[in-house]
Amino acid sequence: MSAFLLELASEEIPARMQAAAAEQLRTRFVDGLKAAGLAHGAVVADATPRRLWLIAEDVAEASAASSEERKGPSASAPEGAIAGFLRGVGLTRDQLEERVTPKGVVLFAHIASPGRSAAAILAELVPAIVRDFQWPKSMRWGAGTVRWVRPLTGIVALLDGDVVACEAHGVVAGRETRGHRIMGGAVSVESAGTYAAQLLAEKVVVSSAERRGLIEAGATEAAAAEGLSVVPDAGLVAENAGLTEWPVPMLGAFDPAFLAVPREVIQLTMRTNQKYFACVDAGGELAPAFVCTANLVASDGGGAIIAGNERVLSARLADAKFFWDQDVAAVLAGGLEVFAPKLSDIVFHEKLGTVADKVARVAKLARWLVESGAVSSADGKAPLSPLAEGGESPSPSRGEGSGLADLAERAALLCKVDLVSATVGEFPEVQGVAGAYLARVSGEDAAVADAIRDHYKPVGQGDDVPTAPLSVAVALADKLDTIAAFFLINEAPTGSKDPFAIRRAALGVIASIVRNGLRFRMETVLLQTVGDDLDSFVKVFDGRIEEKLGAFFADRLKVQQRELGMRNDLIDAVFALGGEDDLVRLLARVRALQAVLATKNGTNLLAGVKRAASILRIEEGKDRLVFDGATDVNLLSEDAERALSVALDGSVPEIAAAVEREDFAAAMAALAGLRPAVDAFFEGVIVNAPDPAVRLNRLGLLARLRGAANSVADFSKIEG
Amino acid sequence: MRSRRYTRGSILHLRRAFPLTSLSFQDIILTLQGYWGDKGCAILQPYDMEMGAGTFHPATTLRALGPDTWNAAFVQPSRRPSDGRYGENPNRLQHYYQFQVILKPSPADLIDLYLGSLDAIGIDRRVHDIRFVEDDWESPTLGAWGLGWEVWCDGMEVTQFTYFQQVAGHDCAPVAGELTYGLERLAMYVQGVESVYDLRYNDAGVSYGDVFLKQEQQFSAYNFEHANTERLFQHFKDVSEECRALVGVGLPLPAYDQAIKASHIFNLLNARGVISVAERQAYIGRVRDLVKAVADIWVASFGVATPPPGPAKGPSFASPLEGEGK
Repeated sequence: MSAFLLELASEEIPARMQAAAAEQLRTRFVDGLKAAGLAHGAVVADATPRRLWLIAEDVAEASAASSEERKGPSASAPEGAIAGFLRGVGLTRDQLEERVTPKGVVLFAHIASPGRSAAAILAELVPAIVRDFQWPKSMRWGAGTVRWVRPLTGIVALLDGDVVACEAHGVVAGRETRGHRIMGGAVSVESAGTYAAQLLAEKVVVSSAERRGLIEAGATEAAAAEGLSVVPDAGLVAENAGLTEWPVPMLGAFDPAFLAVPREVIQLTMRTNQKYFACVDAGGELAPAFVCTANLVASDGGGAIIAGNERVLSARLADAKFFWDQDVAAVLAGGLEVFAPKLSDIVFHEKLGTVADKVARVAKLARWLVESGAVSSADGKAPLSPLAEGGESPSPSRGEGSGLADLAERAALLCKVDLVSATVGEFPEVQGVAGAYLARVSGEDAAVADAIRDHYKPVGQGDDVPTAPLSVAVALADKLDTIAAFFLINEAPTGSKDPFAIRRAALGVIASIVRNGLRFRMETVLLQTVGDDLDSFVKVFDGRIEEKLGAFFADRLKVQQRELGMRNDLIDAVFALGGEDDLVRLLARVRALQAVLATKNGTNLLAGVKRAASILRIEEGKDRLVFDGATDVNLLSEDAERALSVALDGSVPEIAAAVEREDFAAAMAALAGLRPAVDAFFEGVIVNAPDPAVRLNRLGLLARLRGAANSVADFSKIEG
Repeated sequence: MRSRRYTRGSILHLRRAFPLTSLSFQDIILTLQGYWGDKGCAILQPYDMEMGAGTFHPATTLRALGPDTWNAAFVQPSRRPSDGRYGENPNRLQHYYQFQVILKPSPADLIDLYLGSLDAIGIDRRVHDIRFVEDDWESPTLGAWGLGWEVWCDGMEVTQFTYFQQVAGHDCAPVAGELTYGLERLAMYVQGVESVYDLRYNDAGVSYGDVFLKQEQQFSAYNFEHANTERLFQHFKDVSEECRALVGVGLPLPAYDQAIKASHIFNLLNARGVISVAERQAYIGRVRDLVKAVADIWVASFGVATPPPGPAKGPSFASPLEGEGK
């Protein structure tokens, strides 16, 4: 048993690629040993900016010997066929076994493979790994033709301290490597066991986890020295760990005058441009300080590094402040709408007009969402809005007061104006956030400012979903408009293509509806969204919008719910009812189904209902009619059918009442309660009785069962 | 001339960080020339045409193609009409200098050579934090791309370091290593000044502003306000035709000059704001086609087979950037 060390040294590997590359190295190595039949113990792989490395413990001395039996042609086969077989297996005729089989005498070869030494296997595996390695982007260098992420500079391959003789990409493996680029010297690695310590002595921390730990601890300590704390940012820790072999976090400061700039802008420029950590004071306010992570213990104690970084940040913040001050001055002079005219200059999409056009549509829709009660100021327990059953067009007096509607329209009209601000021009990532700050500067209602900030949310799975009514209205209106607009110009997502992120927008709509318990029929809202464009929509699709868009939302809902562990067939079963597109109620049905179907009662009931449905389908086909309902108690002769009739008499009204009050758990419980009666009925009763009246009566019983089940979902769509 | 809106940073620290006898702007250039000259580079003079980046110099673009060894270093003025700020912004110029080093094939010790050049101009690597941060370069107009880094000194980008992979759609084989030093920025750092116009140009009392402020003011006015766009559109047509004609008679070097002109005229039109977003792509595509036509006959002159057309290995050249990041 030996330990094996592999180091692939190169010029600086992009930070974002290091973790995946280490994992790929590990996978390729483990797979390679498995294919070679070489046993091994634990394998770890990791990276620094200048090296990928791997250590495998307890590598076996050699692969196990094996023998393989290969069947050849018949002993009486033509000479040529036998000769071909012999060539293939590398044996002579007398080494073959002649075995009597039902098909006559057949030749068999026994090929023995002796075990191979670990060194021999590794000497082949290392070059193969280098050759086959997949980098997100790779390059050639010098006069060579081989590819690596950056020039490959060295290979260390040591098995039990001995060099594994091999060569990859023109680099001969040995034991020589280099320590830290500035502070370290050459290293002659003794073995896997001494690798980390020898490199540590040359100022390289080979473990990325250790470097991350050093950065976190060092940053915390540096900030604490000034009574500050670091804003946690695991991604930034990892990035800095990928940029340093010897991380040295240091605290720097900037002019507090820059704090006039929105905090998000400062943090953004510090993070993305400079990889600095932001600091906050005891009260959680952004402090005029930052932590940078150097890759050096400077001989002057770090003063020059801090001064240099402060200077760079100062220039960046001066730029940011210049843009911010410009925006503030503009807003103070002319209000936030001062920017609005310029939205006419930004093309939203060549076929969809400008951002100004979009904003006008969104404002109209946001107002309608509030006025119709689709979005209300109460929480999710709000009574069903008139929309929920697709009633007549709502009037402004119904639903929410006009105050909220006015604010929603105003927030929507202003939600994109920051796109033409100088600040967002320079820092596009703060769209929305910058608008909210400017809204406050110009004295807009706080809820309007929040809606401007939050209307892009949720941006992806896991992002915050707005809950303030105004934010919900504007966020929904913006997303619904985007979705409908791109459908209108036939730019709906197809396959893997979704250039306008329409699917993400749909998921955002669904998340907002579910999170806030918004009660409305999708069809009504979608029709309102499309509005006057309905005719052109029909032309584009040669079909109804609610079919096209509704099916799209149904698909998105299934994707979203699948990730939450919800069964797709249950969603299909509810959709199959037709007309159920109140997403909140739809999901309540699905949840109740899923809960009951997790019980034995539930699965048996499902089987019973399906059996009933299938009998009905066959018999209805024969009779060319649909059975429904009424039971003639005088025709009931068997105990089991009498019992089922009684059970249905009790349960059907109960189920109907529960469905009516949207208590689907109760409805399902009542349905599940029918199970013993249903089981007994199928066991003891022949449905197709010779007497036609009895037969019809029995089919009627089954139809009542089917009807009760179908008031919750179409059970025929449920799997199992 | 420094605008009041820019706050002074930690200038006192900087005075401590660098000796007061830091190199003047011209001495930084002379030092870099001496350093790379000693390493075997041919020290060239700036190409006598307006261009957006040193990469356009034929000593880079065209010499990066073909099998010959080629080591050169030179200063190249870079003209970026849209970056003009009438001399009012201490960090932005429509005309500034780049120092380019091109080494083909890229030597194994290129990074060490580069670090040595920083030592030479007074950036002590035991005191300053030098880091190599991923930065892949591409030039839509040149149809060129490469992988490398932006080199940070104490958090500031001072150099772009690129291994050229393709120029004008042709593979670079051997691969050239290219270094582009932003001279003004480097000098501001070494000298510890906040405004480019405050740089000591030499040690005889001449400042950068003395030399270039008027130029920035006047050329900003020209670029943004007075360049005659009608004539520029006509120039663009003329040089494009001239380029095609020269390609037709097999003269890649004069043809390339015309392509450089086309690129600069496009940049001027862009600064004048007369090219719409949609048109931008089309114009960039036209310049790229010219460069490609030139490179095709240039490469053919080596007797090297042109790589067959196929799926691009590199990034797509979709983002229009005036100076293309160099």
